[in-house]
Amino acid sequence: MTFYDYIIRLADNNLILGHRLSEWCGHGPFLEQDMAMTNISLDLIGQSRSMYALAAEINSKGESEDDIAFLRLEHEYQNLLLVEQPNGDFAHTVLRQLFFASFQLPLYQAMLQKLQGMTEEHFVTLRGILEKAVMEVTYHKRWSSEWVIRLGDGTAESHSRMVTAVNELYRYYGEAFISDAVDDAAVSEGYGVRPEELKAEADQYIDDIFRQANLNIPVDTYMQRGGKQGVHSEYMGYLLSELQYMQRAYPNASW
Amino acid sequence: MDTTKNLEEIFQSKIDHEIKIEPKDWMPDAYRKTLIRQISQHAHSEIVGMLPEGNWITRTPSLRRKVALLAKIQDEAGHGLYLYSAAETLGITRDQLLDELHTGKAKYSSIFNYPALTWADMGSVGWLVDGAAIMNQVMLCRTSYGPYARAMVRICKEESFHHRQGFEILLTLSQGTEAQKKMCQESINRWWKPALMMFGPPDEQSSNTEMSMKWKIKRETNDELRQRFVDVAAEQVKFLNMTLPDVVWNESTGHYDFGALDWDHFWNVVKGNGPCNKQRLDARIKAHENGAWVREAALAFAEKQKIRQQSQVKTA
Repeated sequence: MTFYDYIIRLADNNLILGHRLSEWCGHGPFLEQDMAMTNISLDLIGQSRSMYALAAEINSKGESEDDIAFLRLEHEYQNLLLVEQPNGDFAHTVLRQLFFASFQLPLYQAMLQKLQGMTEEHFVTLRGILEKAVMEVTYHKRWSSEWVIRLGDGTAESHSRMVTAVNELYRYYGEAFISDAVDDAAVSEGYGVRPEELKAEADQYIDDIFRQANLNIPVDTYMQRGGKQGVHSEYMGYLLSELQYMQRAYPNASW
Repeated sequence: MDTTKNLEEIFQSKIDHEIKIEPKDWMPDAYRKTLIRQISQHAHSEIVGMLPEGNWITRTPSLRRKVALLAKIQDEAGHGLYLYSAAETLGITRDQLLDELHTGKAKYSSIFNYPALTWADMGSVGWLVDGAAIMNQVMLCRTSYGPYARAMVRICKEESFHHRQGFEILLTLSQGTEAQKKMCQESINRWWKPALMMFGPPDEQSSNTEMSMKWKIKRETNDELRQRFVDVAAEQVKFLNMTLPDVVWNESTGHYDFGALDWDHFWNVVKGNGPCNKQRLDARIKAHENGAWVREAALAFAEKQKIRQQSQVKTA
């Protein structure tokens, strides 16, 4: 069950962040960036689908990717608090993406190393999913880094919006790097990564981007936590109400 | 005077010989204006058209549908981009074009002023709205202005995919539960007549048709296209086991009759009195205004980078 839980967590992050980004579609600051955010959203939702499908397969209870994605209760979703935060303005959105990609990319890369040589079918499938995802997340990281720098070092207004975004979102950056029992079990089973081991690289990367963007990392920030264990922010219930609407209103239908 | 006449003759002769008009060719002012109006209207329709479907992105019934809907709306953004670029070859900027949309000077297809109320509407929009649009657009792949014709070739390929995708949404509903079937028929009923009016007013009332036909901007009349669409849809609806309101086979004409269309209502929607005109325009203006600081920041940053590179070159 550890493998199942571990995959679901990865997938939930992707689904919820992909869902948030999809809210921008048609409302972006200009067409090219509207399309870029939709692209990232499509990548993340695509990753979540592959992962839910894999989870459903190993669970062999006859669930589908949609059963897992749409029919759980709020506390059963195990995504980070970061990814469920509202889009806010474009500064918030690009910063949230930078924080997440700075965690997700080294995580996927470290997992790929661990999965090398593992021959069981579900590990091979996961490796395939991650190999494709690494290319996508490399782009997400570059896109968000460029925008954080551009906005941080753009106009007085864009700088001040970036500062506000940093002050509001930095407290959600740290949860990704705090391990719990699921992480520990996955590490001991050989495919999991201790998130603490990814922190130095991510911190250094953020530090470098912030320096180029003329932004400071807030001091003495208490890192909010809970999403990984299913204790979410108040935003989550509303997000799920929309996400689950059709499946709840028309149970057992095919679409 | 004689030179202009000569140029006009050369221009019309190219058109008559199916030679595309290109951006640097001489063209009559009215041809240029007609094209700017039509291409920009088309571009704006793509962009505003993202909104009714966008209304369902966060509520799709499955992940597969979510990805497909997002990709479709993203295609529409892409179409908007090609078309704005095609319009720019006629000597107008994207900023000017957007300004005309936001001030209400430029129009977009009135169909997007109707609300998307149920999931089935994602199917009806694809099947009926995109289907009607394709009838027009296939003809535009052969339009006389080169950049427009080439943009349309690519757009048409994607649109016919959207059209099939919409039909497939309805087909799934039509084979589902009673509630799904009901949702399907209700949606078709609501979109059918507005979709027919997408072809524009009847030929005898269409002010732009005659000149556009002579210049081969348009190649078929509103009524011809509309009838062809009705005949195709009337056959397709049989696969859904659904009906099209007021559509009856007419033995003597060999076509389907489609009943009266409410042109008073159509003109009201064009004039701004449709159910969602205000919401659609407000949403576009809001996105544009909320994005202003981002666009300004991107320009300011690019300017700074340029200065930095120049000073690096100097010091080197």
